[in-house]
Amino acid sequence: MTIKLYGVAMSTCTAKVLACLHEYGAEFELVPVNLQNGEHKQPAFLAKNPFGQIPALEDGDLTLFESRSISTYVAEKFKGSSCDLLRSQNPKEAALVKTWMEVESQQFSPAISPIFYQSIIVPILYGGSPNQAIIDESAAKLGKVLDVYEKKLSSSKYLAGDFYSLADLHHLTYIYYLMKTPYGKLINERPRVKAWWEDISSRPAFKKVAPGLTLGDKN
Amino acid sequence: MATPVTVHGPPLSTAVSRVLACLIEKDVPFQLIPVNMAKGEHKSPDFLKIQPFGQVPAFQDEATSLFESRAICRYICEKYPEKGNKGLYGTNPLAKASIDQWVEAEGQSFNPPSSVLVFQLAFAPRMKLKQDQSLISQNETKLEKLLGVYEKRLGESRFLAGDDFSLADLSHLPNAHYLVNAAEREELFTSKKNVERWWGEISSRDSWKKVVDMQKQST
Repeated sequence: MTIKLYGVAMSTCTAKVLACLHEYGAEFELVPVNLQNGEHKQPAFLAKNPFGQIPALEDGDLTLFESRSISTYVAEKFKGSSCDLLRSQNPKEAALVKTWMEVESQQFSPAISPIFYQSIIVPILYGGSPNQAIIDESAAKLGKVLDVYEKKLSSSKYLAGDFYSLADLHHLTYIYYLMKTPYGKLINERPRVKAWWEDISSRPAFKKVAPGLTLGDKN
Repeated sequence: MATPVTVHGPPLSTAVSRVLACLIEKDVPFQLIPVNMAKGEHKSPDFLKIQPFGQVPAFQDEATSLFESRAICRYICEKYPEKGNKGLYGTNPLAKASIDQWVEAEGQSFNPPSSVLVFQLAFAPRMKLKQDQSLISQNETKLEKLLGVYEKRLGESRFLAGDDFSLADLSHLPNAHYLVNAAEREELFTSKKNVERWWGEISSRDSWKKVVDMQKQST
């Protein structure tokens, strides 16, 4: 039975999981959810994710929500293949992957997501004007987080060590969108962060996902 | 006897208390090293070596240094599966994934509004800082709505991830404890039948009572 991922290719959280699925070469079906029609708030979808957010995953009897727990599940399910994004066989490496996954979740995401929301979602989905004060405050926070990354990346090639892991992968989709805004400079101004971004975004699995990240593109 | 693990930080910190609760549930011996935050010890060069974001807790287990409370909790559960509460993070991959999605929900959806409320209502007055009424009101609304989802879920199962207490429930204890006991927001929990029952059960666990004692003794 194939994995079903409910979501949309342009969503940062859905695409995070897509990148993981492609890294593992997993067979899956992307089942579109009609956000404009509020499908994600209807009972059928709420049965998959009571918080009414995409993505959700179905694998046999298992239903899961929260993109980071879904990607972790995928990585653990396909453990033992040549792809190893959790480093499960090495407890010390696995522990560092966990730490830097939480850093993305608790430090990086809260700082970058308001920039994404104000710069891309507000004008495009709501036809509104970005709130510059929120953007400026978030850009300052994000800068401080990226300063820590810049230092960390001087002692290891990737965030958790000299190996690519889910900790790096989870950053892909938000940074991809950030680079479409003037705030991409926060990445470009930091040489090691920039090099890390260029490395992780050139991975074949991400190259399959990036074309779907179309928010903010001019038609 | 193995060297105990070390936790750095004050028990009054919500993130530190999350780790302490997990260690006690898992019956893993630990040493608590105080960090004088009032004197800025968490921003000192020595501390930044073990926690580059200058936050508590930091954690050490033999040669492994970790940070981010939820990563530390997952690490403890995976390293010591046979100790203490064996089911805390599930005893099979499906159970673990189901628990993990609710740990993520706590980190992504419960933590942000509850942290703001705890700071505004419990800590700001004690620190003689002015409260932001609109921030309080916005986050009360968010939390109220969120707990509506929890109410429905907890009508379907005894605890968030199923019929057993798990890391998902534990993760909520620190902020919820302050909301109830220091921020005068008990009503958020007692106004919903299932949430009230759940809160009563999880907050009366021996492990949490021990953490609360540690918090009291540290003042």
